[in-house]
Amino acid sequence: MDQLLQHLLNGLLLGATYSLLGIGLTLVFGLMNVVNFAHGEFYTLGAYAAFAALSLASVHFFLAIPLAIAAGALAGAVCERCLLRPLRGQSIDTVMLVMIGVWITMQNAELLGWGGVAKSVPTPFPTEPLVLGPVSVAPLRVFVFVVSGGLILGAHLLLARTKLGRAMRATFQDRETAALMGVSIERIHTITFAFGAGLAAAAGALLGPVFLLYPSMGDLASLKAFSVVILGGLGNFAGAALGGLVLGVAEELGAGYVSSGYRDAVGFLMIVAVLLLRPSGLFARAERVG
Amino acid sequence: MSRAALLLALATAATAPAWVWNPYHLHTLIMAGIFAVLALSLNLLLGYTGQLSLGHAAFFGIGAYAAGLLTVKLEWSPWIGLLAAVVLPGAAGYVIGRLALKLRGAYFVLLTISFAGCVSLVSVNWMDLTNGPLGLPGVPPLEIALPGLPPLSLRTKAAFYYVVLAAVALSYLVCLALIRSRVGRALVALRENETLAASVGIDGTHYLVLAAVVSAAMAGFGGGLYAHYTRFVSPEVFLFTYTVTMVIMVVAGGKGTLAGPIVGAVLFTVLPEALRAATSWQWQMLLYGVLLVGVLFFMPEGIVPAARRRWSAS
Repeated sequence: MDQLLQHLLNGLLLGATYSLLGIGLTLVFGLMNVVNFAHGEFYTLGAYAAFAALSLASVHFFLAIPLAIAAGALAGAVCERCLLRPLRGQSIDTVMLVMIGVWITMQNAELLGWGGVAKSVPTPFPTEPLVLGPVSVAPLRVFVFVVSGGLILGAHLLLARTKLGRAMRATFQDRETAALMGVSIERIHTITFAFGAGLAAAAGALLGPVFLLYPSMGDLASLKAFSVVILGGLGNFAGAALGGLVLGVAEELGAGYVSSGYRDAVGFLMIVAVLLLRPSGLFARAERVG
Repeated sequence: MSRAALLLALATAATAPAWVWNPYHLHTLIMAGIFAVLALSLNLLLGYTGQLSLGHAAFFGIGAYAAGLLTVKLEWSPWIGLLAAVVLPGAAGYVIGRLALKLRGAYFVLLTISFAGCVSLVSVNWMDLTNGPLGLPGVPPLEIALPGLPPLSLRTKAAFYYVVLAAVALSYLVCLALIRSRVGRALVALRENETLAASVGIDGTHYLVLAAVVSAAMAGFGGGLYAHYTRFVSPEVFLFTYTVTMVIMVVAGGKGTLAGPIVGAVLFTVLPEALRAATSWQWQMLLYGVLLVGVLFFMPEGIVPAARRRWSAS
C-alpha cells in the first residue's frame, strides 16, 4: 500500500512536467495547426540555457529558469519569423517536414556545441528527501511540481482572461474578422509560437536538474509531449494538462509493477488504446482551444 | 534526352563492379542500393498517399531481426530469412496502418514514431531473444544452391552488388505495377481529394492500409538484405537516423515520382561518403537538417521533377 502511494506520488510529480510539455505543443497545434516536431528541441534548449546561466554566468538558480524560458521563447519567435511565416498557407505536411528539419538541425547543433557527454545541473535544494508519513519525496521534485502547476495555470489564465489571449483565440478562429478588429495577425502567430516554445523551455529548465542533460534529451520529451497531446485530444488544453498527469502515473505504475526497461513503452500502449477506443482523446468534451 | 540518360544510368549500374575496384566504393554503392529500396518504400506512403511514416526504421529493423534471428538461432536458410523479413514487417505495417490510418495525418506520424521507439525498446530489453545491445553476430551470407552444382556463395561484394541491384529493380517494378494499377489511381485520388474519391466509391482506409503493408514489407526487405550483407544485427538498426535519411532521400529526390527516391538514395549515400574526410558525422546530420529545410523552401517538389521541367522547357 505504501509502495502504491509512493508510485502515485512520483507519477503525479512527473506528470505535471509532462502536462507542461503537452500544453505547449497542443497550443501550437490547436491555434496554429502546426505539428511542431521541434518541440523537444526547445525543451533541450531550455535545459542547456539554464545550465549555461548557472555554470558559465553563475546566476542564481531561481533566475536561471526565467532566463531559460526567455531563451526558448526568443528561439521560437525567430523560428516562426524566419521559417513558418514564409510558409503560411502551405499544407500542414510541408510545415511538418520543415519542423522535422529544424529538429535535426537544432539537435545536432547542440551536439556540436555542448558535446555528447551528459551534464548535470547543480541546485540549491538539499538532496535529503522529505518524509511525509509513508512516502518520501525530494524537495527539488516538489519545487518542479509547484512551478509547473503555476505555469500551467498562468498559461490558462493568459489564454482565457487577457486581451492577448482573446486576440490569439480570435485570430485562429477567423483571421479576417480578427484583423478587422485591429488584431495584428502576424504578431499573434509569432507570439503564439514563442509561447509554446517558452513553455517547452520551462519544462527543460525544470527537468534538467532532475535528470541529466544530453543533446538528444529532446527526443524523449517530444515523444512524451505527443503522447500527452493525443491522450488529451489534439488542441485540447485541459485535456493535455490532465493527460500529462495520467501518463506520469501510468508510467510510474508500469515501471514499478511491470518492468522498468519498458517505462517508455507505456505511452505508446496508451496512445494505441486511445486511438482504438476514443480517437478524439480521453477528455473529448472538455473545452477546446481554437 | 531523358531516355539516353536513363540508358546511361542503367549501363553504369549494371557494369559497376567491373570498374569500381576499390571495395569501399563498392560498399557505398551497395548501401546506396539498400537505401534505394528503403526510399522507394517510404515514397509509396509519403509520395503517393501523403502519409508520413517516421517509424520506417522499425520496419527496416524488424526485417533485419527476422532475417538474423531465423538464420542464427534456428539455422534456417537465408532465403527463408529474407522471406520472413518481408512478411513480418508487412504484418506489422497492417496493424499500424489499421490503427492509425482511420485518423491519418499527424496521428499516423505519431503512432509510427512511438511504434519505432517501442520496437527498439524490445530489441534492447528482450535479452534472451535478441541478445540485447550486444546484437546478433554471424548472420550467414546469401547462397545459391542449384541441384547438381556446388553452392554459390554471394559473400563477395561484387556478387552482393548484383543481389542489391536486382532488389532495387524488383522494388521499382512492384511500385510501378502498384501505381499503374487501380490501386495507384485510387491512392492518388485519395491524396488529392478524399471526399471526391469517396463519392465515387473508393474506400480510403482500405487502400491506405494496403499501401502501408506494401511499404512496410519493402522496408523489411531492405532490412533483410542489410542483415545478410553486414552479417550482424544490433538495436542500431532502429536508429532514428535511418528514418531521417530515408525522408531526406525521398523529399530531396522528389516524392511522388519513382525515379526521385532512387536518385535521392544514390546522392545521399555517395555524397556523405565523399564528404566524410572533410566533415564529422555530427556536421553531416546538421547539414541534413538544413538541407531538408532548404529543399522544402527552394525546390519543394524535389530534384527529379525540377530537372524534368528544365529539360522539357529547353
